Amino acid sequence: MAPEARSPTSPATSPAGPLLEVRGLCSHYGRIQALHGVDLEIAAGELVALVGANGAGKTTLLRAISGVQPVTSGDILLAGESVVGASASRRVRSGIAQVPEGRQMFGPMSVEDNLMLGAYTRDQRQVATDLDGVYAMFPMLRERHRQAAGTLSGGQQQMLSIGRALMARPRLLLLDEPSMGLAPNLVEEIFATVEGLKESGTTIFLVEQNAYAALSIADRGYVMETGRVVLSAAGRALLADEKVKAAYLGL
Amino acid sequence: MFAEFLQFLLSGVTVGAAYGLVALGFSIIYNASHVINFAQGEFVMLGGMSTVFLMAAGLPMPVAVVLAVLVTVVLGLLLEKLAIEPARGAGVVPLIIITIGASIFLRGVAQVAMDREFHAMPPFTGDAPIMIAGATILPQSLWVFGGMAVMGMLLWYFFARARFGKAMLATAYNPLAARLIGVNTRLVLLCSFGLSALLGSVAGILLAPITFTSYDVGIMLGLKGFCAAILGGMGHGAGAVVGGLIVGIAEAMGAGYISSEYKDAIAFIIILLVLFFMPNGLFGKRTTERV
Ligand SMILES: Nc1ncnc2c1ncn2[C@@H]1O[C@H](COP(=O)(O)OP(=O)(O)OP(=O)(O)O)[C@@H](O)[C@H]1O
Ligand SMILES: [Mg+2]
Repeated sequence: MAPEARSPTSPATSPAGPLLEVRGLCSHYGRIQALHGVDLEIAAGELVALVGANGAGKTTLLRAISGVQPVTSGDILLAGESVVGASASRRVRSGIAQVPEGRQMFGPMSVEDNLMLGAYTRDQRQVATDLDGVYAMFPMLRERHRQAAGTLSGGQQQMLSIGRALMARPRLLLLDEPSMGLAPNLVEEIFATVEGLKESGTTIFLVEQNAYAALSIADRGYVMETGRVVLSAAGRALLADEKVKAAYLGL
Repeated sequence: MFAEFLQFLLSGVTVGAAYGLVALGFSIIYNASHVINFAQGEFVMLGGMSTVFLMAAGLPMPVAVVLAVLVTVVLGLLLEKLAIEPARGAGVVPLIIITIGASIFLRGVAQVAMDREFHAMPPFTGDAPIMIAGATILPQSLWVFGGMAVMGMLLWYFFARARFGKAMLATAYNPLAARLIGVNTRLVLLCSFGLSALLGSVAGILLAPITFTSYDVGIMLGLKGFCAAILGGMGHGAGAVVGGLIVGIAEAMGAGYISSEYKDAIAFIIILLVLFFMPNGLFGKRTTERV
């Protein structure tokens, strides 16, 4: 008897489809349209970078994927299932976690409270080992576990923000400009962390102003301009692209 | 001399404890939504008045008290569901105006459904005054103070230890981040109204045997509680309690040493002074956030 006696039509067993698929996504702030039909997809295990100038709509896209920004048309599929109608809370439960732009700490709460809140949607009995995992990844957080998150330095807050998102055990991790405003050595550390997460099998969608660093570690990249995806290719290929060089790499 | 001072202090602490509970109600809703709920005083009125009328209908006091709290909590939840939730996208100011409308509505309903008389609720455990160093205190005052202490500790436990309590705090500190970790912030808002109604009704029930109750006690008690919340720093739990006690004590001292005619004015003088000289209140937001 075959060990996998699953129904051949069950979508959950089909490994072919992407983990995340965004189709014709539009979003507005009042009358201003911020996303004009965005299409993209991310396969399980991939590290995909999204670069684009200020105001291109990168944050809006990530917020729409997380369900905290209303969508006016289009679809978002996670492992083949539409989540556009689901609440932000349901999307976290189904495996989407975000490290938001500007880190978004619960400032007066302790480092450990911030991390534990990251696992808010999960069975609390299962999170202790994950907490240890995050502390092993960022020993500095363990040292400061009782300190108020708002008193950490920018780099430490960024690590806490990543740790908090990991506490949800995401299938898909969205990172919104994790290197923003950090000193060069910390930027390197953050990118090394992101690469490490990819190695460990997490699917990552990385939004970055630092296009060179992001495209260097990404499997594939998308370039966004004024609410539209204008280019997509393998990360290295985009680095070599003349238009990308001129617009985002300052070359 | 000292006995007189102690007497004023004791009566100040008693009403101050009730103001503290009302102030906690303001702070909890403020934290969940940045809305000042001007119907908070009506929760206080509903607690006391419902107890009086349920007892008049023949229910024993403990049953009447529990039912009155439940009725008030349900009304608080309905207020959120029917009036606040549908207007959530409209911004803070329209929501505050809605709560003012709701307070007028609730007062009107209380007038019609109950009456316009003053009612004295019997004290929980007799009215034989207890002597302390030459001053007297009513057993009911101990109930008020004990009630506040118990509610304060339960709230502290809820916000410091319980998972949903922490999620409510997290929503206060950063609503976007709270949604991104999967907190249902609508539920947080709904619960904040339920919790505030609970606190308000308890304050109203504890205080009713001392101060009388009527359909319009909510106006003054609400304003005093608001003043206490501002003084303590809107949104700060311990600040609300301390603010309540300070307002209560200041009021009792003012009434005792100056004139009881100025009693109600004192709370308003405190509001003006606080808003003028320290708009964040005693425990208000220190800037711990680094950007
Ligand atoms: N809250 C808002 N209200 C109105 N318009 C907004 C709001 N937030 C963003 N926008 C507009 O939507 C567009 C996309 O903004 P978005 O923040 O998604 O860009 P971004 O690519 O993340 O930029 P950045 O690199 O600066 O983070 C911009 O034109 C911006 O002005
Ligand atoms: Mg952005």
